Amino acid sequence: MLNIGKNVNGSELSISLEGRLDTTTAPQLEEEVKNSLDGVSSLIMDLTQLEYISSAGLRVLLSAQKVMNKQGSMVVRNASEEVKEIFEVTGFSDILTIE
Amino acid sequence: MKEMMIEAKVDNLDKVIAFVDEQLEQYDCPMKVQMQVDVAVEEIFVNIASYAYKPDVGDALIRVNVTEEPLAVYLTFMDSGVPYDPLAKEDPDVTLSAEERQIGGLGIFMVKKSMDDVKYEYKDGQNILTIMKNL
Repeated sequence: MLNIGKNVNGSELSISLEGRLDTTTAPQLEEEVKNSLDGVSSLIMDLTQLEYISSAGLRVLLSAQKVMNKQGSMVVRNASEEVKEIFEVTGFSDILTIE
Repeated sequence: MKEMMIEAKVDNLDKVIAFVDEQLEQYDCPMKVQMQVDVAVEEIFVNIASYAYKPDVGDALIRVNVTEEPLAVYLTFMDSGVPYDPLAKEDPDVTLSAEERQIGGLGIFMVKKSMDDVKYEYKDGQNILTIMKNL
């Protein structure tokens, strides 16, 4: 299960994820990202409450990063040690800006 | 040893993960190991669900065996779909930029990296993939 929270502040969008970002739930985030990035120049992905991520979740983060590379910037915040480990293994720690 | 026979479709992913986690519950694994095992199970099951029987649907058998000395979990995935060795696929280049990144193959790469052993064989009309993780 995944809960997606959104907070817009001008051209800054903060998306907070709670739960599991897997094959079943990734399409929800994909849809949200697709519909929310118009006019956004700063995207913050807050992973404080994200418990789990698989390749399906990485795929969505990558596509969000690609969009933001064109129109601004994206940062990933507060990932757990376990999620960070996955970013490391897959080389995503070099693609994403992890704070 | 516990087994689960289930229709290989993505909608059943939660059931498969819950089944595996239930077998591991009593061993009190570190969160990191638990996540690595769940990711491996997801990547392998979703692969079977997506490709093994395309465009039809078939079954997958998932076997969980925990050995106590040394403490380790062996997970076996069997399907009778088209022969496919996921380990034969070349590893993705994880040093490429976002623009150059190919996302295909990332799942099985994560399995190879995080498990202590991964084996594939095709026997009696079945794909048999076994992974092992020390707990």
